[in-house]
Amino acid sequence: MSKAAFRTATGGRIDRSHPVRFTFDGKSYTGFKGDTLASALLANGVHLMGRSFKYHRPRGLISAGSEEPNALVGVIGANGRETPNLRATQVEIYDGLVAESQNRWPSLAFDANAVNDLFWPLLPAGFYYKTFMGPRFLGATRAWKAIYEPLIRQAAGLGRAPKSPDPDRYANRFTHCDVLVIGGGLAGLSAALAASESGAEVILCDEQAEFGGSLLADTRSRIDGQTAAEWLEKALATLSSRPNVRLLPRTQAFGYYADNFVALQERVTDHIASPSPNLPRERLWQVRAKEVVIATGAIERPLVFPDNDRPGVVLADAARVFVNRYGVRPGNRAVVFTACDTAYEAALALHEAGVDVRLIADLRSAPSGPAVEAVRRAGIKVVGSASIVGTSGRLRVRSVHLGMIDGDGKVVPYEHVDCDLLLMSGGWTPSVHLHSQSRGKVVWNEEAQAFLPGAHVQRERSAGACRGLFGLAAALADGAAAGNDAAEKAGFSPASTASHAVEEMAHAYTGFLGACPHHRDPARVKAFIDFQNDVTAKDLKLATREGFRSIEHVKRFTTTGMATDQGKTSNVNALSIVSDSIAKPLPAVGLTTFRPPYTPVTFGALAGDRRGELFDPVRTTPIHSWAVERGAVFEDVSLWKRARYFPRAGEDMHAAVSRECRTVRASVGLLDASTLGKIEVVGPDAAEFLERMYVNPWKKLQPGRCRYGLLLNEAGYVIDDGVAARIASDRFHVTTTTGGAPRVLAMMEDYLQTEFPELKVWLTSTTEQWAVVAVQGPKAREVLEPLVEGIDLSREAFPHMAMREGHICGVPTRLFRVSFTGELGYEVNVPGDYGRAVWEAIWANVEKVGGCAYGTEAMHVLRAEKGFIIVGQETDGTVTPDDLGLNWAIGKNKPDFVGKRSLTRPDLLKSDRKQLVGLITEDPKTVLEEGAQITREVEPAKGTPALGHVTSAYWSDAAGRSIALALVASGRARVGETLYVPMPDKAIAVTVTSPVFYDPKGERLDG
Amino acid sequence: MLLIPCPCCGEARPELEFRYGGEAHIARPRDPSALNDEQWADFLYMRTNPKGMHYERWRHVHGCGRFFNAVRDTVLDRILMTYKTGEPPPDPATIEAAKEERR
Repeated sequence: MSKAAFRTATGGRIDRSHPVRFTFDGKSYTGFKGDTLASALLANGVHLMGRSFKYHRPRGLISAGSEEPNALVGVIGANGRETPNLRATQVEIYDGLVAESQNRWPSLAFDANAVNDLFWPLLPAGFYYKTFMGPRFLGATRAWKAIYEPLIRQAAGLGRAPKSPDPDRYANRFTHCDVLVIGGGLAGLSAALAASESGAEVILCDEQAEFGGSLLADTRSRIDGQTAAEWLEKALATLSSRPNVRLLPRTQAFGYYADNFVALQERVTDHIASPSPNLPRERLWQVRAKEVVIATGAIERPLVFPDNDRPGVVLADAARVFVNRYGVRPGNRAVVFTACDTAYEAALALHEAGVDVRLIADLRSAPSGPAVEAVRRAGIKVVGSASIVGTSGRLRVRSVHLGMIDGDGKVVPYEHVDCDLLLMSGGWTPSVHLHSQSRGKVVWNEEAQAFLPGAHVQRERSAGACRGLFGLAAALADGAAAGNDAAEKAGFSPASTASHAVEEMAHAYTGFLGACPHHRDPARVKAFIDFQNDVTAKDLKLATREGFRSIEHVKRFTTTGMATDQGKTSNVNALSIVSDSIAKPLPAVGLTTFRPPYTPVTFGALAGDRRGELFDPVRTTPIHSWAVERGAVFEDVSLWKRARYFPRAGEDMHAAVSRECRTVRASVGLLDASTLGKIEVVGPDAAEFLERMYVNPWKKLQPGRCRYGLLLNEAGYVIDDGVAARIASDRFHVTTTTGGAPRVLAMMEDYLQTEFPELKVWLTSTTEQWAVVAVQGPKAREVLEPLVEGIDLSREAFPHMAMREGHICGVPTRLFRVSFTGELGYEVNVPGDYGRAVWEAIWANVEKVGGCAYGTEAMHVLRAEKGFIIVGQETDGTVTPDDLGLNWAIGKNKPDFVGKRSLTRPDLLKSDRKQLVGLITEDPKTVLEEGAQITREVEPAKGTPALGHVTSAYWSDAAGRSIALALVASGRARVGETLYVPMPDKAIAVTVTSPVFYDPKGERLDG
Repeated sequence: MLLIPCPCCGEARPELEFRYGGEAHIARPRDPSALNDEQWADFLYMRTNPKGMHYERWRHVHGCGRFFNAVRDTVLDRILMTYKTGEPPPDPATIEAAKEERR
């Protein structure tokens, strides 16, 4: 096996005995177990990993962690799953890993869209708001939709969204703990050790595969006489041995929500070549923590200088991590550009690994300190008051152009230095994201030159570098203090903090903010701030020139900080440039809001198991299986599956529905009406309660009688309807629409509990308790009679709108005589468990007389022929009883009911309100489209409001023609008028009629 | 996700178990017919929508099923206290004390 050219001879945390083969853009490479895709590619000398978002400029990685803006790749899993936009710095390699670069065509090295880079002057910030106004004949919106958006979508962007369903499984867990520690660097480890020692239940999570944070790349410091690696191993052994500690590596805390509710995304199997099928790909942890310690560290800031985005330009500390942790030299000849001491430590690490560090250019005039001294001792040249004013190289940096800053702050070009690696460091930005998400304040700290956590709102505290306390000693002490504090506030008694002896190099962690000085024409150079969204210093200055002052507006105009990395490396530099150009102090410019997720989260993790069949519960009736066996076609009605029609051989829907309708009118049909909502209203005040809720009068309704109830909301609009039967003086069986049952019950509970608590009434949902068989048609009595005991079905003894209790097939029943078809009809309520048996017994008789089973589609036609409404079809939340012609239902002498006062609001009394009418088309064969608009003229002038719309439209066998129901302004006064239904091809002429198309006198109700 | 102490169950439970019910202490008029159109529109539609303390209704719909009232700080999005339907709204001093306790 050939050794990768840039791999160091020894060192690092990779497992050199485990080579790993993978491919990138089809080419095969070898790395080691423990490598990330980024470190393995660097070891093979590959810096070019992506193309930029807008200009398609060649890009390499700049970081070694989750903040990476450039090196975004797609990974294709063994099961074909494509995951776009993964940070190569976080992708762990395994044997057979297939990764691809993004946003390039035909290849990464030669990308046709790189031509955008030449058109750069045409593509400034906000260009899409101004440029794409389009040919006038199309109009701006249509031009955008038709021409520009598809083009831009094709050319800009990052990875491709996968086209096939996600083949993976995702899990979801809720958990509680006393102390959640976010971040497993030294501060987090120290906090977890302290908190868990007191007995508190602790969860420690870290986004990386290994805990340790900066310790993983620290080969110099010593804690209590041990190396960082030794100390780390012991600390992790201690934590693992404690039963009250849960360690979650590869777990990103991405959202901090109300009441210490923190969402974590655990990557369970992405790093495994052939994971067990029992494991989910990712696991969403929803943690409710009594106390939280945020120990999220800090992110190194790039310097903003011309051409700072070439492959090979890398954050200084990331280079140190690649050398020390992964055993990879990121280049052979390095130049360092810095304003921060920590870059010197990086320079030393590279120097020790055999990299030729040719020069350190420091923006500061007189860099000093132990690291600077150590570098000088190593013979590395250090130049103060220096700035990099440009770089060369196409697919990799080839040289840097050094300038010197003179006494007046002017930059004089000085020399070109050849290199293949440029390290940069503008200092450190504490990661205050989660503190800010918890609604804690962030406050500018002048000394630290950073925003640090301020006042807390939730039970959380920050520790270590994320609150500006850098270095190992500080992290250890601050972490322990935070862990103790959290444990104590969670009710435990922590031990006193042990002190540690730490040997480390002391640094100042401050650096430089904003754009570095140079002598070049600012309009002609590209100094990138936001690498992922291709935002340059020039773009930000343009935004302020155009008058944007609020940082939130600048952000949206330039898109700085709006990419998937949310500006982790760019926000503070952007702020500083805006602050300079509008001459306002940086803290006064303010910070844009930090929002979840901290890093992108898969939809899979959020959805968990709730997809496909488990997306929503499915409700089926006790008779459902019978309908399935008979080949019924189903439709979804709220969560219910309802049989829509029962096609026979050779029948399409139209033929089946026609036959079902004809059969019901000619003999008898059975409908499964079990989905009707049912509420048992019980108690001495039951009638009084219904009297107040529904528009109808109930007190005089005799036991054994039914009434059609109409329910309004307080604004006077119809929201539900259904037949209710009085079972006894203190008991009602109330039915609701199929979809409205939960809503109606909740509304009843609301009024009962909060407005009428004095009423003695109890409400019980009985929807599932009763199976309901609707038997409709002239032969309904004949079919039922032989099966019923204890109920006289005769016309005289059991009139329309009556209810009788007795038995059917030996099963207790509440038998309603009601009709939703206009025919003689019964609804047989039996306990759910007997539903199918009773249905089959009735069915046997139905078959004998040539009847049929019918579905919801025939039900709709049959009721429309009678002009019966369906709430939600004829109503839309703006329709009153009078609009529907249902004023007869209102109890005239009732002092009050829900919605009554609103019925006399001026708007509800207008004469031109839309009213329910029937429509018949000129051509009886034309069936209108539901939802179609209705106009007075064939071709109304543009802007003419519609008179109304079609609510229901069907072919009616009974009428021998098409029929329709509609809501039409002043509709009842328009009966006989001709109106028009404009359709794309032509307007259809219709005549306004009564909404009752069949048996207007109701002569068929008695069979 | 909020933690909401149900005054009937005596337990703080996650928001998932509850349903929001709008502003509290808007009693339905005893005799709506006595109200003129403006007064009725006020009752129907006008809400305070404050920045800060908000008295609001919740229902423990997946628990005891009871409606109750809560004081929520709309700036911090935190329930400061809850009390049963029919009880008077707590005075500012009580709310402040509850706020301190929940800090």
